[in-house]
Amino acid sequence: MHIPDGYLGPPTYLAAYAACAPLWAIAARRLREKLSTRRTPLLAISAAFSFLVMMFNIPLPGGTTGHAVGGVLIAIAVGPWGAMLSITIALIIQALLFGDGGITAIGANCFNIAFVMPFTGYGAYSLLSRLFSSEKGKAVAAGIGGWVGLNSAALTTALMFGIQPLLHTGADGRALYAPYPLSVAIPAMLLGHLTLFGAVEALITGLVVYFLQRSESAWILRMAAEETVR
Amino acid sequence: MKAYRKLWVALVVLALASPIGLYLPKIMKAGSAWGEWGVDEIRQMVGYAPAGMEKNADIWKAPIPDYAPPSQEQEPLSRLSLFYILSAFIGIAACGGGGYLLARWVTGSRGKHRA
Repeated sequence: MHIPDGYLGPPTYLAAYAACAPLWAIAARRLREKLSTRRTPLLAISAAFSFLVMMFNIPLPGGTTGHAVGGVLIAIAVGPWGAMLSITIALIIQALLFGDGGITAIGANCFNIAFVMPFTGYGAYSLLSRLFSSEKGKAVAAGIGGWVGLNSAALTTALMFGIQPLLHTGADGRALYAPYPLSVAIPAMLLGHLTLFGAVEALITGLVVYFLQRSESAWILRMAAEETVR
Repeated sequence: MKAYRKLWVALVVLALASPIGLYLPKIMKAGSAWGEWGVDEIRQMVGYAPAGMEKNADIWKAPIPDYAPPSQEQEPLSRLSLFYILSAFIGIAACGGGGYLLARWVTGSRGKHRA
């Protein structure tokens, strides 16, 4: 899901940076206003956690690989805006130090993985956890949230790939950037994420929530927004 | 805080286990992630290298490309695993550092706090 350099034309990657700039600013303001001081060390832990989770490549046998992100779990711990900044840190480190994801595509990757994923997944979790109020129910809601978030991010990533041939095709009919159209990119990206990668994301999210609930660290799962800044 | 120490320990365990992410794809004969191919792979797949992609693909030279020192792709998996674990710890340090600065900046305006 990490778009490399050279796959997106300048209009797309610049638009993605432009979209992220105000989101990063809002996120920073929200954290200053809403994130409790006791919770702030979770930002560093969350950034490192998502970095590590993304190292666990999951293979579709004989096909492509993918990975979980942990984005919805992080959103449950530090709120979706906190998740946006934490995951942004991980994505920047991955691009700068490890060449995982392009430099030009940092905006695009942050939009998909650090914004779309935590917000859609956390939204799904919030809705579902109202329906299932038991501890187990909340863990299931978190797992479904993880699945929704990962797939939403895979979809927006596929859209970015898939519009490239529409935007940039030379007179000779050759693509200038990512060559596959939407009709190829969307099914290809979703195949793995709807199934295996999404299932792993759901399991990680659900299981961590389940075990945190019974630990002395259960407070981590209380919504960040429910606390006051003190 | 004790709760945080446990979480950091969990991250260290994840880092030590990270080579699973190298071995599993190898065992299951899986290739790159979709949309993360190198220009050579693209050339094989579609028959040409898209001009803009060829020009921009190497715009940035990462110091530790693909979580190993440069041009070590052919090393045995056991050696790559060692680099992978080292990369995981570098990642923990860098992300932890970045997250710490963010946290300090977030709480900066709040004065002294009791943890």
